[in-house]
Amino acid sequence: MTHALKRQDFDVIASWMKSGESVLDLGCGEGELLRLLAGRGLRGWGVERDPGHVLAAIENGVNVIQSDLEAGLAGFEDDAFDHVVLSRTLQTMRHTQQILAEMLRVGREAVVSFPNFAYWKNRMAVLGGRMPVSEDLPYQWYDTPNVRFFTMLDFESLCEGMGVAIRDRQVLDERGALVTEEHNFLGSLAVYRIGRGG
Amino acid sequence: MSEPRSIGPVTARRLLFTEPIDLAAGVTLPQWELVYETYGALNAEKSNAILICHALSGHHHVAGHYADEPKNVGWWDNMIGPGKPIDTDRFFVVGVNNLGGCHGSTGPSSPNPATGEPWGADFPVVTVGDWIKAQARLADALGIEQWAAVVGGSLGGMQALQWTIDLPERVRHALVIAAAPKLTAENIAFNDVARQAILTDPDFHGGHFYRYGTRPARGLRLARMLGHITYLSDDQMAEKFGRKRRPSAGSYGFGVEFEVESYLRYQGDKFAGWFDANTYLLMTKALDYFDPAEPFGGDLAAALAGATAKFLVLSFTTDWRFSPARSREIVNALVKNKHAVSYAEIASQHGHDSFLMDDRYYHAVMAAYLRNVGT
Repeated sequence: MTHALKRQDFDVIASWMKSGESVLDLGCGEGELLRLLAGRGLRGWGVERDPGHVLAAIENGVNVIQSDLEAGLAGFEDDAFDHVVLSRTLQTMRHTQQILAEMLRVGREAVVSFPNFAYWKNRMAVLGGRMPVSEDLPYQWYDTPNVRFFTMLDFESLCEGMGVAIRDRQVLDERGALVTEEHNFLGSLAVYRIGRGG
Repeated sequence: MSEPRSIGPVTARRLLFTEPIDLAAGVTLPQWELVYETYGALNAEKSNAILICHALSGHHHVAGHYADEPKNVGWWDNMIGPGKPIDTDRFFVVGVNNLGGCHGSTGPSSPNPATGEPWGADFPVVTVGDWIKAQARLADALGIEQWAAVVGGSLGGMQALQWTIDLPERVRHALVIAAAPKLTAENIAFNDVARQAILTDPDFHGGHFYRYGTRPARGLRLARMLGHITYLSDDQMAEKFGRKRRPSAGSYGFGVEFEVESYLRYQGDKFAGWFDANTYLLMTKALDYFDPAEPFGGDLAAALAGATAKFLVLSFTTDWRFSPARSREIVNALVKNKHAVSYAEIASQHGHDSFLMDDRYYHAVMAAYLRNVGT
């Protein structure tokens, strides 16, 4: 549903994967990430709810399975994939904990990217009395597909509570440049590589 | 791609096979015939052929019309033709009437070489696997080593699936539409009521009604009326008929009163007028027996492990005969094997029959997938 955006997180996601591995891309849109990964020798499947995106993904020659993520990943076996990706979609979902648990059930590890609500420009907008509209949160409050607004610290705290291990983290600013300090303040988009804890 | 148009006049062909075929029922047909049609041109590499598998009451006349019968249009003409989703400008398309059929291929109404009389009830029960064998012989005869795609809806989709299991090296893509990996008890129950309607018709004569110059039209009519209900959706029937009554309807009697009664009776009569009762029995039985996972201890993923084709699986939201959940079983088994597969659940109000309808989104999905099928 965010296919019109530039997908700076894709390069980060791809850098965590190797040729020959398998990947399930949740909310795959028109299949851009899967195409990129196919070009790097990965085998991928996408899950997408929107009929228009499903059609476009089929046109793009990627494997896409029409399904609603809110219903979970019941059709997929445990440990079926090397990676499960949820790119810029977690904030649109109601069943937050369920989908994270499902991703780590069917995948050896998972990648989650999301807009960081604590990005300084967002904080400024709220201080100024308005909901933020930015490169990574491009919607007006009344027509946004986003239903969860959270920060990097919030996400990390949830992972800790769920026993999810954070294996890697890359943070990007609005222009897609890597953020190297004050991540929760300077980061507009966060990309996490997570696994089962313990 | 050209503007979609009809393939125009087409001709049915007949091929005699003198090499015997062993059927699952343990019977061997020493020689047998298939009726088929082809559309478009087979390329020099013979790599652009698509096989269309028909469902319960279908046949080889899939697209176009006969020169002398302009109204006899193929049953999937909206899908197949120049510029249509199955584009005959790119693909060589083959439609075939299956063994046991009643449209010209060897079946119960064909003469039994042992007696010279129609086979009738003595014609062996045929399975989906038998059809794949026979279709493969047709492919051999046409010089097609490997289908670019095998395509079918309902029972036709089951054949596409079976192809990828039985002869994996001979199919590059399988388009499995409105199908299921096997029938449920409820599906079989519906089929058996339909069969009982035919088997208990006094005009059935144990399947040898040809001898008596009659046909079990009442049974066939009931079977079709029942079947037809399961092809439609509750929504669609509500919209199309609701509780509307015929203007001429009487009341407090058993004549045709509600519109839906009139429609079903018409459909039943029409079908009973031309379809062969023994073929109907065979086709429903082939459906009931279809269960490619059975030899693999019920594990569909194990059955599909050796498949090498890429898959498109489609279901329709209001199909309750083979619901989307049944298609998902196929998809899940394919993904478990890491096979290439795309799946779309298409919003449609036409129930199981949706796969035959001219729906813009459905056709766009078919066209999009087939554009990526190499010739």
